[in-house]
Amino acid sequence: MKMFVCIKQVPDPNTTVSKLDPNTKRLVRNGVSLVLDPGDESTISAAIKLRDKVGNSELVAVSMGPASAQEAMRRALAMGADRAILISDPALAGSDAGTTARVLAALLKKEGADVIFCSTESTDGYTGMVPGGIAEVMGIPQLTFAREINIEGQKAVIKRVIPKGYQTIESSLPAVITIASGSFEAIYPTMKGIMGAKRKPYSQVSLADLGLEASQVGEAGAREQVLSIGTAEARAAGQIIKDDGNAAQQIAEFLQRYQLL
Amino acid sequence: MANTIWVLVELEGGAPVRSSLEVLGKAARLGRAEAIVLGSGAAEVAPTLGEYGAEKVYVHADAAYDQYLTLPAVETVSKLFAEHQPTLLLLPTTYDLRDIAARLSMRNGMGLITDATDLTIGDDGLKVTVPWGGETVVTATLTQQRPGIVLTRPKAFSVEQYAGRTAEIENINTTISAESQTIRVIETVEVKSEGPALEDAAVVVSGGRGLGKAENFHYVEELAEILGGAPGATRAIVDAGWLPYSYQIGQTGKTVKPTLYIAAGISGAIQHLAGMKGSKYIIAINKDEHAPIFANADLGVIGDAVSILPQLSTEIKRRKA
Repeated sequence: MKMFVCIKQVPDPNTTVSKLDPNTKRLVRNGVSLVLDPGDESTISAAIKLRDKVGNSELVAVSMGPASAQEAMRRALAMGADRAILISDPALAGSDAGTTARVLAALLKKEGADVIFCSTESTDGYTGMVPGGIAEVMGIPQLTFAREINIEGQKAVIKRVIPKGYQTIESSLPAVITIASGSFEAIYPTMKGIMGAKRKPYSQVSLADLGLEASQVGEAGAREQVLSIGTAEARAAGQIIKDDGNAAQQIAEFLQRYQLL
Repeated sequence: MANTIWVLVELEGGAPVRSSLEVLGKAARLGRAEAIVLGSGAAEVAPTLGEYGAEKVYVHADAAYDQYLTLPAVETVSKLFAEHQPTLLLLPTTYDLRDIAARLSMRNGMGLITDATDLTIGDDGLKVTVPWGGETVVTATLTQQRPGIVLTRPKAFSVEQYAGRTAEIENINTTISAESQTIRVIETVEVKSEGPALEDAAVVVSGGRGLGKAENFHYVEELAEILGGAPGATRAIVDAGWLPYSYQIGQTGKTVKPTLYIAAGISGAIQHLAGMKGSKYIIAINKDEHAPIFANADLGVIGDAVSILPQLSTEIKRRKA
């Protein structure tokens, strides 16, 4: 079976506060430590476990991003993915979620994917719209928020997390499966895995390789536009208070102010 | 006002869910609100939606919407888009509507903005407010002169009453194709006693060593329950045997990204921060004013969690009553 996992390189959420550039209105990536999205580590782990359980299967990590995203791809390989493909093209800068889905779908279609794993949402943009978008472009089902996955013949059966518990749902393959973050124990790369990753196949493809036009992607293809970037009211810096007996009331007021009750 | 705002109303146990009614109320303030209700309970629910702002309700009472996820709704709403030209489809971010929105936008070439906390439609067009991290707010719009989708953050709006308003009902005559009946629901299991799963809860209240002893953890559980959230813990108290591993939040435990995270008696070790830093609002309670958790908190309270937590539970119950 041909299994794919869509991953993303993001500003390290543990060391950086992600910022938007007021001029380009894009995420600041310069001078920021970039890592494989921590959510993707759990997704890759789930994919590796399923590949090994099903047997006779290949797991390919795919991503869309600048050439520097290679490092995140190497980590996926070190964790246990078999090969990696990065879609990189200057025209892709500024792409929205819809375009990202179309570009990834073009590659996945070409590769003949049977199972496509995605995280529920990325840590930097968190729209959560890419997995469903890929499924729609490919005309295949999407099974979301999986906390347990089984492949039974040509069917996928998952336990889907829902607010009140879970649902058991099934569909035919190929299918897109999104992972409920934290549901699968992470696999950490071993020294052997890290060394071995250097010898695994890694390729980079361009838009032309996928038969896509530059005019359909990037900012040219985006259907959303940032008009302005402002400073959030009253949240610029955290407020620190000392409990003088009224802390409970002050916390409750904070919750009400931000509609959290 | 010439704007027509559509809201796809979600049903649960035969009743509209609260988040749908919240968005319906907002739609009614933006212009003419029209609701779409699909599923076996749709016919009964439709006439009640006028009171929440709907001037018109499209109804299709077919059980296929309950038996198959996402695709039947995408098919029907796409058909409605082909026949009508609303200004916008406004949806609250829920598990099911999010899946539907992603496919709808792709199928119909619609622009889509997520995580909105407010929106206006004026002479200069649509303006959507999207918070970005703790410090920034983005104002965004859609570039096309055609219907788009805006997904709103849960609880961004409150339910509004439009007493006496009666919605016009239109029954949709359509047959759901076999291709749309592919994501089959085999069973739905309610896990009642445990509250929401920790990694998916909108609210997480978690405790650390500052609680002093294992017996004090029930203060964390009580507050979590009142807020409809899930209790979590640091590695330190899991290692100490206070709680099972399933409660652990952090690099080696669960990663949570709730709307609200309350850290009680947690100093904020890097490995814990890694598991919860993505939370939208963080409140920290700790005795040590130099605790690193305060640098990550929207509201930091220097004080004893053991005394503040029960007071907070009482205070919230009072305000909610």
